[in-house]
Amino acid sequence: MVTSALEVAARVRDPELPVLTLADLGVLRDVTESDGRVSVTITPTYSGCPALDEMAADLRRSLHAAGYAEVDVRLSLSPAWTTDWISEDGLRKLREAGIAPPSRLGPRAVGPVPLNLTPPSQRVPCPRCGSPRTSEVSRFGSTACKALRRCADCAEPFEHVKEI
Amino acid sequence: MSFDNAYEALIDGHEDAHWAFGTGFSEALAGVDREVPDVDRADLTAYCLMLGDDALVMSQRLAEWCSRAPELEEDVALANIALDLLGQARMLLTRAGEVEGAGRDEDALAYLRDERDFRNVHLAEIECGPFAGGDFGTTMARLLVFSSWKLAQYSRLRASADPVLAAVAAKGLKELAYHRDHAAQWVVRLGDGTEESHRRVQAGLERVWPFLAELFTAHAVELRLAGVAVDPAELRSEVDGVLDAVLAAAGLTRPADVPAARVNGLAGRDGVHTEAFGYLLAEMQHLHRSLPGATW
Repeated sequence: MVTSALEVAARVRDPELPVLTLADLGVLRDVTESDGRVSVTITPTYSGCPALDEMAADLRRSLHAAGYAEVDVRLSLSPAWTTDWISEDGLRKLREAGIAPPSRLGPRAVGPVPLNLTPPSQRVPCPRCGSPRTSEVSRFGSTACKALRRCADCAEPFEHVKEI
Repeated sequence: MSFDNAYEALIDGHEDAHWAFGTGFSEALAGVDREVPDVDRADLTAYCLMLGDDALVMSQRLAEWCSRAPELEEDVALANIALDLLGQARMLLTRAGEVEGAGRDEDALAYLRDERDFRNVHLAEIECGPFAGGDFGTTMARLLVFSSWKLAQYSRLRASADPVLAAVAAKGLKELAYHRDHAAQWVVRLGDGTEESHRRVQAGLERVWPFLAELFTAHAVELRLAGVAVDPAELRSEVDGVLDAVLAAAGLTRPADVPAARVNGLAGRDGVHTEAFGYLLAEMQHLHRSLPGATW
């Protein structure tokens, strides 16, 4: 069975959120094949995302293993990644892994960025027990994309992929 | 995979890329559309250095707090903010080197330039802590001013005729928005907290305020690059509005506008820096200069 380059690339996992594939995460922007050469375009989640090089290396490795000898990994910065690009399947996989998924931001207004003088009061249900009574412990977690929260009912701490 | 001891697992890998924080990264802009607008190349190089150096030097200052912040969560927060800025700096310095066309990459620009060749504003470089004379309150006052100003700058830079600068700004803007929120929330918490925290964050504001004027003073390069660069004078009212809102919520007093002295009219954008900057560079550059080409 011949597997297309797109199928191979879409199955590569994110190094920091291994429950998600690069396609689930929405960072895989384009895969094209021409004359036996594969060109993959990815976009960084955050400017300083240290996993970007590993993603590129994993893509090359998987495509080489699938028989594609010539692989180009390109970076696209614009339009900037948003958590809205995480697939529905990706949101479910995060929840199943005990990580609260981001909510959908939808189209954003152009104009000055609003200032928030208090931490966001959004409701993020606990991915373990489902309780809505959770609070943000820190906006910054183990990776750039996650905040740390705690559940008041089951008392468990959990991570939340914050909306951006 | 099974290993006899944990260290074996560390060295098992297909290549170095699994070391997320090591060296040997590919170029920051590999694969990005890099068309250069039809402007003076020396000016565009200088402008990319201004933006890149602001982000790099601020990142270095924030990283100094790692393991020294008042609580573990804050170590993580400041390191995360520093990492975002470092990512922006890498792209901006790579762009500077590419437009310059003299073969300098991001590392050559970050590690092998001397003090007079850096173009960052003084606000990014001054000593605000954790070392002698600094304070967490001062660091938060600086971060509030810096990120409010950068956010206003990037917001306009999204329309730049330089596609790389426009893309870096559009991406960085989202990051700066939560850097600014983080700083603003701390300034409110400290200002509206105890007498001691109020006193210290007010002192922090007094410390950083003389460096505001430079943020809104246009450099000749910025004025010549109309359409590519943002005129910083345009940012003043937006930034003032944000700062006033935060200070009002925090019960803090806006310090008097007494700008820091310039040297013959020159400041950071001209490569004239404060005394603290040489020490910062010495720490940031020493490994690379002592062991040229070192990788790990």
